[in-house]
Parts: sequence; structure tokens; C-alpha cells
Amino acid sequence: MSAMWPAGYEPVLLARVSRPDSRSIDGYLADGGYASWKKVLAGIATGEWTPAKVTEMVKASALRGRGGAGFPCGLKWTFVPPKEKRGNKPVYLLCNADESEPGTFKDRVFIEKDPHQILEGMMLASFALGVKHAYLYIRGEMVHGAEILNAAVDEAYQKGLLGKNVLGSGIDLDITIHRGAGAYIGGEEPALTESLEEKRGHPRVKPPFPAVSGVWAAPTIVNNVETLCCVKHIVDRGADWFKGYGRNEKNTGPKLFCISGHVERPGVYEAPMGIPFMELLALAGGVKGGRKLKAVIPGGSSAPMLTAAEVANMPLDFDGVAAAKSMLGSAAIIVMDETADIPKAVTNISKFYAHESCGQCTPCREGTPWLNKMLKRLVNGQGKRQDIDLLLQISGQMGNGMTICVFADAAIAPVISGITKFRAEFEAYLAKAASPDFALSAPSDVTKKVAERMAEGIHC
Amino acid sequence: MSGGAGTPVSEQAGLPREGEHGALSAGKAVSFSPKALARFEKLLTRYPTKQAALLPTLWIAQEELGWISREAVDYVASLLGLSPAFVWGVTTFYTMYNRAPVGKHLIQFCTSISCHLAGAEEVFAECRKRLGDLKPGETTADGRFTVIEVECLAQCDKAPAVMVNDDDCAIITKENLEQFLGGLK
Ligand SMILES: Cc1cc2nc3c(=O)[nH]c(=O)nc-3n(C[C@H](O)[C@H](O)[C@H](O)COP(=O)(O)O)c2cc1C
Ligand code: SF4
Ligand code: FES
Repeated sequence: MSAMWPAGYEPVLLARVSRPDSRSIDGYLADGGYASWKKVLAGIATGEWTPAKVTEMVKASALRGRGGAGFPCGLKWTFVPPKEKRGNKPVYLLCNADESEPGTFKDRVFIEKDPHQILEGMMLASFALGVKHAYLYIRGEMVHGAEILNAAVDEAYQKGLLGKNVLGSGIDLDITIHRGAGAYIGGEEPALTESLEEKRGHPRVKPPFPAVSGVWAAPTIVNNVETLCCVKHIVDRGADWFKGYGRNEKNTGPKLFCISGHVERPGVYEAPMGIPFMELLALAGGVKGGRKLKAVIPGGSSAPMLTAAEVANMPLDFDGVAAAKSMLGSAAIIVMDETADIPKAVTNISKFYAHESCGQCTPCREGTPWLNKMLKRLVNGQGKRQDIDLLLQISGQMGNGMTICVFADAAIAPVISGITKFRAEFEAYLAKAASPDFALSAPSDVTKKVAERMAEGIHC
Repeated sequence: MSGGAGTPVSEQAGLPREGEHGALSAGKAVSFSPKALARFEKLLTRYPTKQAALLPTLWIAQEELGWISREAVDYVASLLGLSPAFVWGVTTFYTMYNRAPVGKHLIQFCTSISCHLAGAEEVFAECRKRLGDLKPGETTADGRFTVIEVECLAQCDKAPAVMVNDDDCAIITKENLEQFLGGLK
């Protein structure tokens, strides 16, 4: 597993991953692990540590969720209804380790190399939220990851760091590892809560948000693995220290980036939030074979594609990528060089969404395979003259609130951005398919409208 | 996944298809070993409702029995007080519960975007060709290999990524394919 950072940078999240004993609790304790958990528990009696204090620290750190949406973590925590309103209902914490967004492979590093870092983050978040039973939902394919996590949980119980009245603090806390069974959509927040119950992982209409009504109809906070690891470091070293990383006060902290595709050294890299894209690319050895950069997907397959020109001066943080009209998402950066065939890449991505739609909403269930079929037809040389417009038109009817969840928006982002930015490549496939006297029709009003809305940063 | 597009394992001919739900029959009643039952009992202590243990119980069933047959669905349903139709509905939503027996080596090729950029589709096709023009989801006559296409395995830095049963593999290319298959005894 490759784990790297810029020269002179002191890694935080990846600090322990290359140590030989990185997985065991003894190794973790020897490196000062669980100091924050112990410190907080010991400070309850003296009143030095309260749940509100931890939440305030997380808020002050400006930590934004690392799972995709970049929602402020501390603010999300405050959405849990106070005790007077929720009555006897427990609060649940659900750590999202579903890691299924194509291009994303960062949470795997924590799971396989430093599982106690995740657990300590979960413990501290549980304390802040008043959680007595926290769950970690791990994607089904990570069989060994689940074994490692289960072993880590067992160790934590043995050392008395979990269970009843932890270290005499009066706090009860259990952690359970729950394995998924293969469904990308399961990573969506409400779908994840359904999937932790006995159900199909179906997204459902929000509100209510899980923070109000999640698993077993109780308030549930869903956080990504990396987000919870950040919580641990914030309690370790303080909100100001955390804010010392990043480009501005809205984009803070150390961050993991997954870089894959046409680069010399694909892998997980740690850098301060806001590292310029070109610096990260250089860190990964540059474009494969020294070739020219063509396109970049900056935040997993759901993020609109960007051209080489658009990423030339782009900082990699939530607002930096949003300013380029895409999204940092899960920080899964997929690089495509000049040899990449964009229509084929878009076709490939459309296959993923056709396969993974949960099928509840008609525009998504019908639209995703339709897009895939049309794109396949196009790259197989059987495209029809109006297909490019038709692809945009169908996409336009799928996104922006037409469906229960944002999966449909994710599905159309690569199609719309790919066609809008690399239209000539799609047209070339059409021209190839046509008779020698083939002339492309001028882009229709649909195309123009979509292009205008894209420029405003709206998917369609 | 769900919605029906692409089941992980092709439905194999020759097995009876009966019951109130669509599961294939194993032809005999099934039950858990004492060890599996102990694991099941422990599971129940980890969730506030019995039913919530469905996914992990299906995992135990698959580990014990190899795949989720009609009888396995009925058995799991009876353990948890759920209807077999509900259990079957959940089983088919997720891609990793095998709905038919699979080969000794279940080879899973990722063909999502990063692996696509590394030529995954060609390696997948070549692998199937070498195993006797196997279709996706089919098992070789000797029962050794089943080859399927899966979505992103969160190993995009090892593209094209492949898993065999529960194990992640090194980068599999057309060049090392022969050696890779030879290594699977
Ligand atoms: C279709 C879909 C799939 C998602 N998959 C994941 C995932 O695999 N892991 C993850 O952490 N978040 C995923 N998310 C984001 C979650 O819904 C949620 O926003 C996140 O886990 C919240 O954690 P955070 O606030 O710490 O980022 C997904 C969202 C959608 C819409
Ligand atoms: S948008 Fe698609 S994935 Fe989301 S709920 Fe609707 S059908 Fe399911
Ligand atoms: S795209 Fe193949 S493992 Fe992620």
C-alpha cells in the first residue's frame, strides 16, 4: 500500500500506517493512542470534559465531513434533538465505511493499517453525542478489513476501553462492526441506516434526516471513517491546531487524497486541505509516461469531469473544486491522459450507475440504463445524429430534485460534463458511424440550455 | 445492487426453481452447525431488534452453506421471525449473496473507471477466454472457477483490481494472467 505526503510535511492521519505494529492495540497505546479517550473519561468527574465541550471543539475546528458532501461535522451533531424532545430514545453513531464511490480507497488504509484510530474517533464522537452503542458499517467486500476491525474492537474491550462503566467513568459504550453485502447505494446516509436494520438499502425521502430519525427510528449521526479520525486528532491537539491546516477557515485540516488512473504512482496521499492539484499530481509522479493531461475527475465518479485547463490552478478543497464547478466529494482523483477516450470513459461510468440504481425512482431506474445503452451504441459506431442532444435531454430530466436521492444527479454529472467539455470526441464517433456525406446537426436548444446551467454550476 | 440489472451469479440450469420466492433449491433441508448457531446467538446481543441481524445471519449462512438456497432463506427467516419472501427480497438486493453455487475460486474483476483506464475489460475478456469461453457468472465444468464482473473494489491504485473469494490480488494484466490462474489450485 502506497502512503505518501509532500516533502517536509508531518503526516497526521497516516502517521502510523507504515509502522510494523500499526494494527495492534499495544502498538497504538505505545504511540500515545487512546490518550484522548482516557483524558476525556477522567475529566468527566471534575467537569473538565463534557459532551458539549467536544462538540464545540469540533465546531471550532471547522471540520467538514470527508464522506462526500463536505457538511460541517460539528453542526451536523447539533441536529440531534435534545433529551427533552427525544425522550427515552437512544442516539446512535454510524461510522460509514462503505467506501464504494469509484476511485475511492482511503478509508481502507485506516481500516487495514490503523483501526484503533477509527475506534478512538468513534469513542470520542459517541461521548459528544451521548451514544451508548455505535456501529461501523463496512462494505461487504472488505472481508479482511472487517476481521481486523473486529479484532481491534475485541482488544479495546479487553483493555476496558469499551463496555460498561468504561475506566470507572460511568460511561457505557459498545461498538459493533456490521458488514454490508455489496450495494453502492448503501453508502447514502438514509440507505445506510436502512441497511443496518434488516432491510434493503433504499434511500428514503428527507426529512426526517437521520439525525432526527435514523436507525430504529432513533436519532442517528452518520460520519465517514476519515471524519471520525479527524475528530480524534482535534481532541488530541485542539481546534486551532487543526485550523492551521488548509487554505482558509472553511477548508481545514489534514486530508487524504486517492489518486488513480493515468498517473505514475497511484495511491493514497496525505496533504493539507487545499494543496494545488498540480502539486498533488507531481507528488504522484506526474501523468503516466510523461504524457499530456487531458481530463480529471476530482471527487469520485459522481463529480463532473474537468479539463486540464480547469485544474491548472485549482486548489484541492471543498470550495476550490466547487469554484471549478465540480466537487471534492470523497477526494478520489481520477486522472486521464491524452490517450483516454472520453466517450468510452463516460460509457464505462454510466454502466456503474445503471448497475447500482436502487430502482425506487422512475427517472433513475429507467434513465440510468437508457443513458448506458445509448452511449454503448454510440461508441460501438451505431450512434444516431440526434443522440448527443438526446443524452443531454434525458440527463436533464433525471437530475435536480426529480428523485429521492442525489444518486441520479451523480449519474448524469459525468455524462453532461463529458459531452459538454469533449463534444468533438462524441461527434467523431457519430461521424464514423455515418455515411460519407454525414453532416452533424447544430447543437439544439437543449444543448445550449444545459451548457448555460453547467456554467452556473448546476448539473443540468 | 438491485433493480435487477445484472445478478452476480448467473442462474444455473438444472436446479429446481420453486417456492413462494424465486430462490433455487438445494434439494435438502439446511441448518447451522453448533458453532454457527453460537455465532448467531452472539450476534443477537449486538442489535436492539432480532431482525436487524439479518445481513450478518445471511453471511453466516453463506459461509456455512456456500450459497443462499431456498432452504437457506427459509431457515434464516425462521431464525429471525421474518417471512421468507422478505429475506429473499433482501438477499437479492445485495450483490454478494450467491444465489447459486459458485466455483471454488470466485474471480471478481473490477471494471469501474480507474480499472477501465488500465484496460480491465480486456483482461476480464481474456480471462474468460482462457477458461473456455466462460460467460460472466458461469462456472467451469470442473467446478473450479466462476468469473464475474464487479464494481469498484476500493483498490483503484492496483488497477486492474481483482479479488478471488475473500482475497485482494495483485495487479492482474494480460501478461501475468496465465501465472495468476496457474496459482489458483
Ligand atoms: C450514492 C451515495 C453513496 C455514498 N457512499 C458513501 C460511502 O461509501 N462512504 C461515505 O462515507 N459516504 C458516502 N456517501 C455520503 C454519505 O451519504 C454521507 O454524506 C456521509 O457518510 C456523511 O459523513 P460525513 O459527514 O462524515 O462526510 C454517499 C452518498 C451517496 C449519495
Ligand atoms: S435516485 Fe436512484 S438510487 Fe436514489 S432512491 Fe431514486 S432510484 Fe434509488
Ligand atoms: S475502479 Fe477498480 S478498484 Fe476502484
